[in-house]
Amino acid sequence: MHIRVNPKTTQTIAKVVIWAAALLVLLLLFTIMIYFLSKGIPHITWQFLTQIPSDMGKSGGISSAIVGTLAVTLVAIVVATPLGVGTAFYLTEYTRESGVTKVIRFSAESLAGIPSIVYGLFGFIFFVTYLKLGWSILSGGLTLAVMILPTIIRTSEEAIRTVPPMYREVSFSLGGTKWQTMTKVLIPSALPGIATGIILGIGRSVAETAAIILTAGSALQMPTSLFSPARTLAVHFYILASEGISLDNAFATAAILIILILLINIGANLLVNRFVAKRR
Amino acid sequence: MKLKNFGERIPQGLFFIIALSALTVLALITIFIFVQGVPLIAKVGFFHFIFGMKWAPSQGYYGIFPMIVGTISVTLGAIILGVPVALCCAIFLAEFAPRQLSDVVRPAIQLLAGIPSVVYGFWGLIFIVPLIREYLGGPGLSILAGSIILAIMILPTVISISEVSLLALSPLLKEGAFALGATHWQTIRSVLVPAAKSGIVASIILGIGRAVGETMAVIMVLGNAVALPNSILSPVRTLTTNIGIEMGYASGEHQQALFATGIVLLVIIMILNSVAQYSIRRK
Amino acid sequence: MKKSDAKSRLFFRFSSIFYLFLSLFSITFLTGCGRNANTVVVAGSTSVQPFAEVLAQEYMTLHPGVSIDVQGGGSAAGIMATQSGTTDIGMSSRNLQGSETSLWSIEIARDGIAIIVNPKNPLTGLTLQQVADIYDGKTTNWDQIGGKKGEIDVFTREDGSGTRSSFESLVMGTSQIMARAMVENSNGAIRQLVSDDPGAIGYISLGLVDDTVKALDLGGIVPSRANVVNGTYNLSRPFLFLTLKPPVGLVKDFIDFTMSAQGQQILYAQGLITPGYSP
Repeated sequence: MHIRVNPKTTQTIAKVVIWAAALLVLLLLFTIMIYFLSKGIPHITWQFLTQIPSDMGKSGGISSAIVGTLAVTLVAIVVATPLGVGTAFYLTEYTRESGVTKVIRFSAESLAGIPSIVYGLFGFIFFVTYLKLGWSILSGGLTLAVMILPTIIRTSEEAIRTVPPMYREVSFSLGGTKWQTMTKVLIPSALPGIATGIILGIGRSVAETAAIILTAGSALQMPTSLFSPARTLAVHFYILASEGISLDNAFATAAILIILILLINIGANLLVNRFVAKRR
Repeated sequence: MKLKNFGERIPQGLFFIIALSALTVLALITIFIFVQGVPLIAKVGFFHFIFGMKWAPSQGYYGIFPMIVGTISVTLGAIILGVPVALCCAIFLAEFAPRQLSDVVRPAIQLLAGIPSVVYGFWGLIFIVPLIREYLGGPGLSILAGSIILAIMILPTVISISEVSLLALSPLLKEGAFALGATHWQTIRSVLVPAAKSGIVASIILGIGRAVGETMAVIMVLGNAVALPNSILSPVRTLTTNIGIEMGYASGEHQQALFATGIVLLVIIMILNSVAQYSIRRK
Repeated sequence: MKKSDAKSRLFFRFSSIFYLFLSLFSITFLTGCGRNANTVVVAGSTSVQPFAEVLAQEYMTLHPGVSIDVQGGGSAAGIMATQSGTTDIGMSSRNLQGSETSLWSIEIARDGIAIIVNPKNPLTGLTLQQVADIYDGKTTNWDQIGGKKGEIDVFTREDGSGTRSSFESLVMGTSQIMARAMVENSNGAIRQLVSDDPGAIGYISLGLVDDTVKALDLGGIVPSRANVVNGTYNLSRPFLFLTLKPPVGLVKDFIDFTMSAQGQQILYAQGLITPGYSP
């Protein structure tokens, strides 16, 4: 016997389920964010932000971790951006679409997907031990640079390739050289895409933990040079949280991390919107 | 395009060098991983490595099967828990949400994507693990805990790409279905979702890739026992957490074995990428 | 074209300013070039780490301008790092074996290993054999040894841990810690998990036991510093500082500080057993 269910009923049920799913996702987000922000923000004081941790992180602040995070991210971006964007330019402008470029593109995709932990292992053996850079901002930053390079190459290449060919043709027909075309036409047009790749790289650098512990170390002191070991906020949080050293400080660190990521996201959106809007 | 102009040669040369350096670096990593890992796989034997049940480096045992089971079970759990919710959410954003609501929900989901893995891991340790321990049994550090955390973490990926796929569909599809008298839900279920299938599948594959590669979020909630799990309430170790725990002190053969694990991960990611690209191309 | 022109000029202006800042930044940072003579890197055992940190803080207060950077990683990592020159001083919480004995070493303190359970656990003590049976998987439920019914959640340190090696040689003897045991890579993590899980058992540095966990008596002997000193509680192991070659310069100075009455007093106050100081 065939039971005929009223399609309207199915629709209502489906609607309920779907709204419930959306609500669940929102609920999850708020629970997690509010949990950390509410427990952490009360502990964020000016001293917390400007003092270095002491007593294994139970007291003191996180200034060295903030500096460490900035330093390591900066090294990573400075190294990876020119390399990545330059490679993207070379691939799109100076070579023809061929088997080789397909292989390169596929490799970049795959390398972007390698778990960070493998990069950490590589960085530890290559930068820390073999090149004798030791646990340092340099080791950590270079490892991160290698990690985000495939992503920057990929997004930049996408961005440059989707610039309408018409732009290039117009530029050439007006007598522009390749270099002028690239700098005055392609870069501005592809900038939102390129910027997205860089922002993704920054986000990944800020959140990275295991690879950093192994390459930049976990020293509590304020780093004094590129060769000093340094903690990042993510590493500091991980150590405080997993060892139960200080839950208050762990929450505060997490709150700062979340706020930092929020700011990066908002900044990224603003940047992209501004460029997109200007072109219209 | 003839580049006889000398002024053109310089930038070209410059970019060539840049590209060469970048690609050399990336090749270096791949070569490094293989040079370190392959000899060990050869020494231990491919089948003994992949299917060996015992991982005890201090005694010379390098079987990663327990970790493979760990990775697969945690990832599978994440997919089972996460994909239905994500799909519903994508459908919600594409079809049901009023504009103001979707403008709020979409950035919220992006935010979920930005939270660092360690924060998720700790949250799981504080909330999920005790709940599992009290109400379901076991130590709480388990496959289930890992799956729940990973499910939450892959939500943004699956939701955003599925939503894009749904929105990219031709409006004619929907109009045609309505003209034939279908209800909204019937249209979604029988017309729109199948039409967006390749994008949805791609999003799921990307989600799987993310779950497979995750380390820090799960290292705090999995228990990291090097044994085959009995149930979803058993502690387990994944390929990634195995590397994470042991890489600080591994040397010699042990270190090579970790690189060999890295090779396995690389191969898995490459397979996933190919499948994703194939499914997109089929459309 | 004009708008793009202006935009790309802006872009290049911005990037040149950025790279200018960067060069200034690098110069200030790079002047601390290399592992200079004012830094000492100390790495290794997570058991020794908190105590080395305290020593480092005190030393840096007495000698401003010097930086002692302390890291964890585990005893095996510390020994490896000493051998490869990645660290100036390695920390180990187990004795050196085999080829490791070519390193220069000094015992800065001793510490006991405490077997810990959750405060809610009704048991107050076990025998060494009972602990070994739990860890190799023979005993799986608390009611088999007189406790409240429930599965025993067994926690151990990672393979490269000195604490684990010492535990294995002092408690396990010939049997192995079971593969099903859950692994965490620091004393703090084990303490945290045992304090959360009513059915858990683990082992940590005696000096790190606090009121979030309960330390069990072994064979009727209370785990206390006094009992380790007088030998009745025999689960103890050495804390070692290691260097590749006999220490000189700043490294020697820091190690001398650690072994001095002042340094030893600091360690004693933290709960360790100190060869160079007793009240």
